[in-house]
Amino acid sequence: MSLCEAEKTFILHGVAENFRVDGRDREGYRPIELETDIVQHAFGSARLRLASTDILASVKIEIDTPLPEKPFEGKIEFFVDCSANATPDFEGRGGEQLAIELANILTSAYSAPQTLDLRELCILKGEKCWKLYVDILVLECGGNLYDAISLAVKAALFNTQVPKINNMTIDGENVDIDVSENLLDCRRLNVKHAPILVTVCKIGEHCIVDPSLEEEQCMMSSVVVAVSNNHFSTITSMGSLHEETLFECLNLGHKVAVRLNQTLIETLEKMPQNQDVGFLK
Amino acid sequence: MSAKQQLINKIGLRLDGRRANELRRIRCKMGVFSQPDGSAYIEQGLTKVLAAVYGPHQTRNKQKAQHDACIINTQFSMAVFSTTDRKKRPRGDRKSIELSVLLQQALSAVIETDLYPFSQIDVYVEVLHADGGIYAACVNAATLAIIDAGIPIKEYICACTASLANDDVPMLDISHQEEILGGPTLTITALPMSEKIVLMEMSQRFHLDHLPKVLDKALEGCKDIKEILDEAVKDHVSKIGSATGWANASS
Repeated sequence: MSLCEAEKTFILHGVAENFRVDGRDREGYRPIELETDIVQHAFGSARLRLASTDILASVKIEIDTPLPEKPFEGKIEFFVDCSANATPDFEGRGGEQLAIELANILTSAYSAPQTLDLRELCILKGEKCWKLYVDILVLECGGNLYDAISLAVKAALFNTQVPKINNMTIDGENVDIDVSENLLDCRRLNVKHAPILVTVCKIGEHCIVDPSLEEEQCMMSSVVVAVSNNHFSTITSMGSLHEETLFECLNLGHKVAVRLNQTLIETLEKMPQNQDVGFLK
Repeated sequence: MSAKQQLINKIGLRLDGRRANELRRIRCKMGVFSQPDGSAYIEQGLTKVLAAVYGPHQTRNKQKAQHDACIINTQFSMAVFSTTDRKKRPRGDRKSIELSVLLQQALSAVIETDLYPFSQIDVYVEVLHADGGIYAACVNAATLAIIDAGIPIKEYICACTASLANDDVPMLDISHQEEILGGPTLTITALPMSEKIVLMEMSQRFHLDHLPKVLDKALEGCKDIKEILDEAVKDHVSKIGSATGWANASS
């Protein structure tokens, strides 16, 4: 999508007057739809629709060996796939660069030990642990991918059920794990402090959150912050920013992230179970 | 041999409780996304597929442009979480490339390509959950998405799988479980109204004598699917129509 000069000016003026093209103010979010438990054979999944951005996140769990330097911790891996359904530009390997960028920012946001306690995933010190594969599928791009992906991932992790282990038998080198066969015998992960990404864009003199596809075209620079339990876990900025503006962006990002996090947790806790809707709605 | 006998039990029920000539439940929706020109979602049992259509638009690669027809570009991909064992990559493997080509051949048979010279139509399918009959679901989803995009086609194109149970009874719409248990799988892509077969693919062997009845069964399945898709299209159009005011939803 490319905008002409007049359209860009229109958006710019809108942001300056705190009344954006779609009627939001600078701190406003577009409507979000969230559904969990949408992929039947995954351990946890969520689908998030932020206006026209559509993300499907799913968590699969496998048994793995912990890293030698972190014998008490499980593993988490992020994989992003930009589907060609989103835009023909993603065809073949076209979406790979963006996908890697997205996966990297998630990895770094979740790498801080205070965000998601990976010790919960340890089965046997230095021998066995759970590995979470978080797979994210971008089905439609309507701007603000970072925020949408982080929300979807958090919801999917909230929804994840880690199987319980009945007992282990250690026979020399071999470790035999007896996983509970009862499907309902599971525990949830503690995702209270899982980070939320917020993209703050600078358009003209002002900073906005949740840019639409059109607004992303007009931005001069942007900062992506990952906020977890009132702390920043990652800050990535694109384009150049003055120090003062940067702090302004960080403040705005933090404020919005805290609000967003609270709303998400409240929504997830109230989420009705076992709805059979998915894409048919 | 014993595995094959289990495909249909003594009272004529299959593993998932269906009879030999029953399809799995099909649920579909057109226009799931706003950015593509056409999009559709289909569920056949647990197999779930999303399709998106972009175009007709100018060809991206000028050299490929044809002066008398549009080119159809397809891409098949499977979400890494679509199978029970996590896949390494969503596309680019042999199976995906083969299915892309098969889909392209099937769609070339129905799209009125000569109406759009120097253009291109992109059809992308994404499998969200694979539970047997992936290719069939992809073709059906692509048909709906093409109709949603308003691209002229000759008629519906539907695909269906069929198999032979107990070396005797033809059965329809094979699930993943039945695929694994053995027995040949015949996938056909057909134009159900003119009863033409566009594409036929078979795995494993069975005696030539059995082919006509299995083929007949699969064709019957295609016709049934066509009815379901037709219903969905009419439903969608009347909804859209009543919103814009040119059609009355009740009539």
